[in-house]
Amino acid sequence: MKPILKVENLTKVFSRRGQPDFTAVKNVSFELMTGECLGIIGESGSGKTTLVNMITRLLDATEGSIILRGEDITHINGKELRTVYRKMQMVFQTPTDSFDPRRKLGDSIGESLRNNGMSVSESKQNVTRLLKMCGLPAEFAGRYPHQVSGGQCQRAAIARAIAIKPELLVLDEATSALDVTIQKEILELLTMLKDELHMSYLFICHDIALVQQFCDRVLVMYKGSIVEQGRPDDVIQNPKDDYTKRLIDSIL
Amino acid sequence: MSETTVRIQKICRDTVKTRLIIFGTLALLLVACSLFAEHLCPYDPYLQDLSNAKAAPSAEHIFGTDRYGRDMLSRVIVGSRTSIFSTLLLVAIITVIGTVIGVFCGWHGKWIDTVLMRISDMFLAFPGLVFALAVAGVLGGGLQNAIIALAAISWPKYARIARSQTLAQKETTYLKAAKLAGDSTAKIIFKHILPNIIGPILVTSMLDIGTMMMELAGLSFLGLGAKPPIAEWGSMMSDTRSLLTTVPWVTFAPGLAIFISVMVFNLLGDTIRDYADPKSRGR
Repeated sequence: MKPILKVENLTKVFSRRGQPDFTAVKNVSFELMTGECLGIIGESGSGKTTLVNMITRLLDATEGSIILRGEDITHINGKELRTVYRKMQMVFQTPTDSFDPRRKLGDSIGESLRNNGMSVSESKQNVTRLLKMCGLPAEFAGRYPHQVSGGQCQRAAIARAIAIKPELLVLDEATSALDVTIQKEILELLTMLKDELHMSYLFICHDIALVQQFCDRVLVMYKGSIVEQGRPDDVIQNPKDDYTKRLIDSIL
Repeated sequence: MSETTVRIQKICRDTVKTRLIIFGTLALLLVACSLFAEHLCPYDPYLQDLSNAKAAPSAEHIFGTDRYGRDMLSRVIVGSRTSIFSTLLLVAIITVIGTVIGVFCGWHGKWIDTVLMRISDMFLAFPGLVFALAVAGVLGGGLQNAIIALAAISWPKYARIARSQTLAQKETTYLKAAKLAGDSTAKIIFKHILPNIIGPILVTSMLDIGTMMMELAGLSFLGLGAKPPIAEWGSMMSDTRSLLTTVPWVTFAPGLAIFISVMVFNLLGDTIRDYADPKSRGR
């Protein structure tokens, strides 16, 4: 099977004048196979979000390379980068904040479609279809982000992310801000969409139980490095690294 | 929340709305007055009638006449065109220039931000009116130069607001989402940043109308703004101040006009600020 995403020696150093350099991500390398769901777990501050922000190019990497479908996207910008976003999309941790408060949900969901040359009326039809696909009624297109609940907003955010039919979906703590029952619904929705649209997932999470349910493979991050990887069941039942042991002990 | 609190909140909100309607209408009346000034004045504001000079207020001349026998009411009405219109123009200019510079600095960052912000610091370091006096002095008198002088000292305030707001917007998740949706930089700035920062900027410019009107009149009073015989409230007051002890109405009429206009625009600015603040509106 071919990898859709290849990350090689990715490093991020934050340097501020007058302060010692801080290495948030250190030499991280991994591959994500087509159709796979790869989980990344680790405590807050372990560099998970920095890592995915680099992968989605919201943050520039200090060193290393990111290869998406054979194309090196580490240093591209502008128009080229915008074409990359047709293949890769992201769902954020805080659903309500991820929508422009002054625009209707429908506008935001259809934005990527219009940016890629779709007419306004056509994109409106698509928004209705996408909302339905994500389990929301069509009239949600006319609502503002503060008028819907967190779970509904996250469904809308997923609708926005899948609008352009990406091959890779990055989920940065996409279920963390939601309560348990809604979390389950969102995971079910994601499982369904994965089969329907043949997407690969990069699933960032701090909840090891969710990762066990949802992911094919898991990476454990600690202080900016990957300390362990493998199938979730193996990692949980037979942790090799000290940090992984502590992480699992803290839950069980 | 009890029913009484809800009711009180509702009344408060409605008061803001009522105020908005009242002051908005008054401000519009003032602007309309300046637009149709020629048609509103009972006499030719520049027609001299020396036989009727320094006449006291009467039924024919409500504000009396000045030392050349010109009707004060007509001059005040025509003066509103110069005063109100130049003020609105000035505020529009500084709002646009300040916002453009501020958004650019906030978005671009790096050295260009540092350079432009230090320049704005320099402008802010001078006492405003003194600097405007110097600029007007160098460029020479005249209304146009007075506007340029005041614009030169007033844009930094807007640049700072726009910059800090843009910096705050840059960190938001929805801007990242817009980037992922494939928005170009121009689209991000015009469709996402500007609509979200324009509120506080507009409130500031509404509140500035009164101040700018005073400063423009102040410059004219000092002889650096509109030149006589052009009717402008500041220069009219300056023109007639030697007559203050004998025929006070010639100074009072333009003074009253400045007082009323500044107050109306200040109250309108206050009201818009209250209206734009979601906390004062409830949800």
